[in-house]
Amino acid sequence: MKSLFKSTSKLLVATSLVMGLGASSLMADVKDKFQVSWTIYVGWMPWDYAQEKGIIDKWAKKYGIEIEMVQVNDYIESINQYTAGKFDGCLMTNMDALTIPAAGGVDSTAVIMGDFSNGNDGILLKDKKDLADIKGQKVNLVELSVSHYLLARALETVSMSEKDVTVVNTSDADMVSAYGSDEITAMTTWNPQLSEIMTNNKSANLVYDSSKIPGEIIDMLVINTETLKDNPKLAKALTGAWFEVMALMKKGDKEALEFMAKASGTDLKGYKSQLDSTMMFYDPAEAVKFADSADLPKTMKKVSEFSFDHGILGEGAPNAEFIGMAFPNGKTFGDTKNIKLRFIDTYVKMAAEGKL
Amino acid sequence: MKRFMNLRPSKATALFLGLLPFFILVLFYLVASDARLAENPNDKLLPSVSSFVEAADRMAFTPSKRTGEILFVEDTVSSLERLGLGVLISAVLALLMGIPLGLIPFVRAGLSPFVAAFSMVPPMAVLPILFIVIGMGEMAKVALIVIGVTPLIVRDLQQRVSEIPAEQLIKAQTLGASTWTIVVRVVLPQVLPRLFDAVRLTLGTAWIFLISAEAIAATEGLGYRIFLVRRYMSMDVILPYVAWITFLAFLFDYLLKKFTYKVFPWYDAGKERS
Repeated sequence: MKSLFKSTSKLLVATSLVMGLGASSLMADVKDKFQVSWTIYVGWMPWDYAQEKGIIDKWAKKYGIEIEMVQVNDYIESINQYTAGKFDGCLMTNMDALTIPAAGGVDSTAVIMGDFSNGNDGILLKDKKDLADIKGQKVNLVELSVSHYLLARALETVSMSEKDVTVVNTSDADMVSAYGSDEITAMTTWNPQLSEIMTNNKSANLVYDSSKIPGEIIDMLVINTETLKDNPKLAKALTGAWFEVMALMKKGDKEALEFMAKASGTDLKGYKSQLDSTMMFYDPAEAVKFADSADLPKTMKKVSEFSFDHGILGEGAPNAEFIGMAFPNGKTFGDTKNIKLRFIDTYVKMAAEGKL
Repeated sequence: MKRFMNLRPSKATALFLGLLPFFILVLFYLVASDARLAENPNDKLLPSVSSFVEAADRMAFTPSKRTGEILFVEDTVSSLERLGLGVLISAVLALLMGIPLGLIPFVRAGLSPFVAAFSMVPPMAVLPILFIVIGMGEMAKVALIVIGVTPLIVRDLQQRVSEIPAEQLIKAQTLGASTWTIVVRVVLPQVLPRLFDAVRLTLGTAWIFLISAEAIAATEGLGYRIFLVRRYMSMDVILPYVAWITFLAFLFDYLLKKFTYKVFPWYDAGKERS
């Protein structure tokens, strides 16, 4: 009887693995086919261009592997799928990397920090012009996202806290139509919605934006640490492809920029204005400098504290140091026995030195 | 001749067979969850039973750090308020429209095609317009349920009214009843239990609209909580919430059925005869 139960449970485990519940991370080892998920955002459109124009394929071939960039419509869904093990890599912000995969116990490595938001995220007030007027208002935003973080940082500057406002969780896809509603008086959102609202509504005043906290909202390519350890080729190929596109963008290659503009649903002018509020690291040396700077651990400390205060570091997290983070040059933050998020400069440095 | 189709399970066997699928589901979950947790103890996709208990304790018994309220109670109360109000308004509107539509040819000629066409508009598709017209407050969530559910009940009631045998209506008229008397004495008693039936059938739809409305903009509610914690994949909160919603839906369905048979005994009797 016992052996019957044993074999039955074995069968069940096998079935659940086949059903995809078992993650690819369970079987992490050397492999030659990889999938990376991405979503539409100004700083990630170069990935789309690289995929469509065969730049990814070219670099993957160089290292003898295959890479597929999978576009997912819903940003959170793409991160959740990565965390569940469906993807080897995923594009996400620093805060989401900490609160979703890292808090979920999935050890992740930020391989390329491609850009940071330098005005792409902002707080809008209807008819009022001063951030301090936000007191007592309902603020529509995607709760527990970088928008929420931006609001918290903004409130600090006018000696207020979240208690002084009411946060209303609102889906990012509905921001533009929601702004037309009379009840909405304050909103925090990001591009392209942010600029869409500002162009269409004279009443919308930008009272605070991410250019006041430069370097705190970072967009990055994250790869599962175990997959990366067994397959450094994946990171090499992706980094090579990325900086090939970056070089084109730096030159102002019209064809590439027009492709990205179209793919993100705007025109060249609109895309360029979004790029203006994005600090892109076109040059690998700049990206290395950013990864190595002493500001990065400080930023992540703030993000970690914010996340802990909002209960999104995962249950059983007794304090903001619960999830450890590692930075280039051996710096760490938090519990070194529970390091789940790693920032590295290894591959970007190789790109800077032309060794890819 | 004994055939498989003629064999009936005993009461105990029936109970066992009824519980078996649930048991298999739970077993399947536990095994899959164990397999994932063995690999990564912090896995969030299929949390262990103990993390469900912890989450339940946190949501239902511990006051929230931020507001000092018990989140689970707050979520349930505000969702049920919206659902109850939405379904009540829909039912009343449906009764007011369904009877004239089914009984009075002039009303039917004027409104029936409109109602039929309107009921085909998917509310979720015109959501941006609804925001601007009704705003995004509490009213909008109730309105979404009303817009989504009312046409369904109206059309059902209209159908039921027009199914009333013509003989009954003619007989009432030969006895001297006016249109109003017929509505009150002949149609209403036959249609009211149908209304409750229709409400039961549309409750599932009402839940869908409630949860969609709460996903779009809200500060509390069962749907709100699910979409909020989805952001960091807290399945330990989502799964108990889903179970709770399922239980509530099941409970309402059961209570409405009991209530209908209690208040309209003739409806029950009529059903048994047929």
